Amino acid sequence: MARIVTVFTVRPEIDNVVDEVPANLDVQRKLSLFEKLVANAAARRIMLLVCLAVIWELYALHVDNPLLFPRFSETLVALWEALVHGPLLERMASSLRILLVGYAIGITLAGVLVTLAVSTAIGQDLLTSLTAMFNPLPAIALLPLAMLWFGLGQGSLVFVIVHSVLWAVALNALTGFTSVNETLRMSGQNYGLRGARYVMLILIPAALPSIISGLKIGWAFAWRTLIAAELVFGATSRSGGLGWFIYENRNQLETPSVFAGLFVVIIIGLLVESVIFRFIESRTVRRWGMQR
Amino acid sequence: MLFRVADEFRIAAEPDMSVQALLEVRNLVLQYKTWEHLVTATWNVNFDVQGGDRFVLLGPSGCGKSSILKAVGGFLPPVSGSMKLDGRLITGPGPDRLMVFQEFEQLLPWKNVRENVMFPMRVTRRFPAREIGPRADEVIEKVGLGRFVDAFPHTLSGGMKMRVAIARALAMEPAILLMDEPFAALDALTRRKMQEELLSLWEQTAFTMLFVTHSIEEAILVGSRILVLSPHPGRVRAELDAHQFTLADIEAPGFSALQRRIHDMLFQKPAQER
Repeated sequence: MARIVTVFTVRPEIDNVVDEVPANLDVQRKLSLFEKLVANAAARRIMLLVCLAVIWELYALHVDNPLLFPRFSETLVALWEALVHGPLLERMASSLRILLVGYAIGITLAGVLVTLAVSTAIGQDLLTSLTAMFNPLPAIALLPLAMLWFGLGQGSLVFVIVHSVLWAVALNALTGFTSVNETLRMSGQNYGLRGARYVMLILIPAALPSIISGLKIGWAFAWRTLIAAELVFGATSRSGGLGWFIYENRNQLETPSVFAGLFVVIIIGLLVESVIFRFIESRTVRRWGMQR
Repeated sequence: MLFRVADEFRIAAEPDMSVQALLEVRNLVLQYKTWEHLVTATWNVNFDVQGGDRFVLLGPSGCGKSSILKAVGGFLPPVSGSMKLDGRLITGPGPDRLMVFQEFEQLLPWKNVRENVMFPMRVTRRFPAREIGPRADEVIEKVGLGRFVDAFPHTLSGGMKMRVAIARALAMEPAILLMDEPFAALDALTRRKMQEELLSLWEQTAFTMLFVTHSIEEAILVGSRILVLSPHPGRVRAELDAHQFTLADIEAPGFSALQRRIHDMLFQKPAQER
C-alpha cells in the first residue's frame, strides 16, 4: 500500500494595509437613461409590444388581404371608429358590469367557503372535494344548464362567471392559509389574537401572495368565460357585450372591427393584470419581500 | 457593572425564601403525538423562576426543553402537573409571556420594524395609544436599530431580525420573556454579540427570562440559574447557579470548571449504570 505523504510548507503571513481607493473609481454613480429603461419592466414590455405591432403591420402588408388579416393600422382605425361613433363603449361597459357582478359574488362565496374550511375540518373536506370536482369543469359546459335555469339574460352569464371565479379563488386562498408558517401563527396567538382578529391581522396578510394569485387567476377565468358565453349568446340574445360586438361584426364581415373587439378584450385584460394587480402587488407582497 | 447588579439581585432574593416564585412549575409531564408515536417529552419536572432571573433550560436535543418553554407559553397543554405564573394557572397563550423564537420568520413581513414593535402593544391594548409610538422608538433605540425603524424585515440581516423580535417582546414588558434558542440560527460572531447585548439589556431593565439552549457555554454566559435536563424523557438533572459569570470570565478557571461539570452531567452515565 502506498503511503500518502503530505508536505506541509509554512508560508509567511500577510498583513496588508488596505489599498487606497483610486479617486476615479465609481463607488456609486447615477444610472444612465438607457440603463434605467432596461431595468424598468414596464418600459421593456412596452418596447416588446411596439415590436409585435410592427411585425403585425408588416406581415399584414405582405399578406394584403384585409378581409382575413387586416393591418394593425386598419384595426386601430376601426377601433377608433367603434369607440367614438360606434357601440363599443356601451358594449365594454355592459361586459364589465356583468363581469364585476360575477367576480364580486364569486369572491364573496369563496370567502365564505374558505372561512368554513379554515375553521372546521368538515369545511375543509367540503371545500377540497368541491374544488376537486368543479375546478376542472369548464364554465362554458354549464352554460346550457344556466340558460335552462336563468334564461337568456344576465343571470346565466353571472352564473357561469361565478362558477369560473369561485373555485380558483377558493383553492388558492385555502392553500395560502394552510401554508402560513407555524412561527407566525404562534406569535399571533401569543398576543392573544383569536377568531376574526387573528384571521384579519395575521392569516390574511400572511397568505396574501396566494390570495392575490387566486384573484388574478379568477379574473382571467371570468373574463375568458364571459367573452365565450357572450359569443354563444350572440346568436340568441341581445345582451350586448364585447363578445356580441365581435360576433356581430364577424357576421357583417367587418374583420377590422372583429380585430378591434379582440383588441379591446386583450387590452382590458392587460390593463387589469399589469396596472391594477401589479399596483396591488408592488404595494403589498413585493414591498414586504414575500414575492419577487 | 453587570456583575454588581446581578449580585445585588441575588443577595436581595436569596435569604428570603418565603418570596413567592414568579413562575412555579410542579410535576410537569408533557406528551405530544407524532404520526406513529406518543412521545413523553418531560417527566415530573419541577422548578421555580424568581423575578429577575435569567433562567436557562439546558440539555441535549430530545430533553424536552423546548416543550417546557412551549408549555409555559401556553401552546402545549400539560398532561399532568401545573404551571403557575404569579400564582395564576397557565391555561393558554397570552401576552404576559412573550415568546422569542429561533426562526427569523417571527416578524410580520408586512410591517416595518417600528410597526412590528408596535403591533403587540396595539392589539393587546395594554398601553394607551399615544404611548405606543414613543415606547417602540425607545426600545428600538435600545437594541441599536434606530436607523432601521422604517425598514421591512426582509431587508434586515438575521441578527437584526432577532434584535427586532427581542425589542418587540421587551416593549410589552411581559412578566416573563420566553426565548427558544434565539441565537442558534446566527453565525458565531453575531451570536456572541447578541449574547452581550442581551446581558446589557437585562442589566438596564432586569426583566425575567426563561432561555432555552443546547450550548453549555451560552447557558453559563446568559444564565443566572441553569436547569440541566436529562434526555428521553426530560427530567431535572441539576439546578445550578451561574450568576457570577459574564463574558469577561470566559477564560477564567471557574468558568471552564463549571462547563466541564455540566458537560459531565449531560454526557456521562450515572455511576451505577457504568
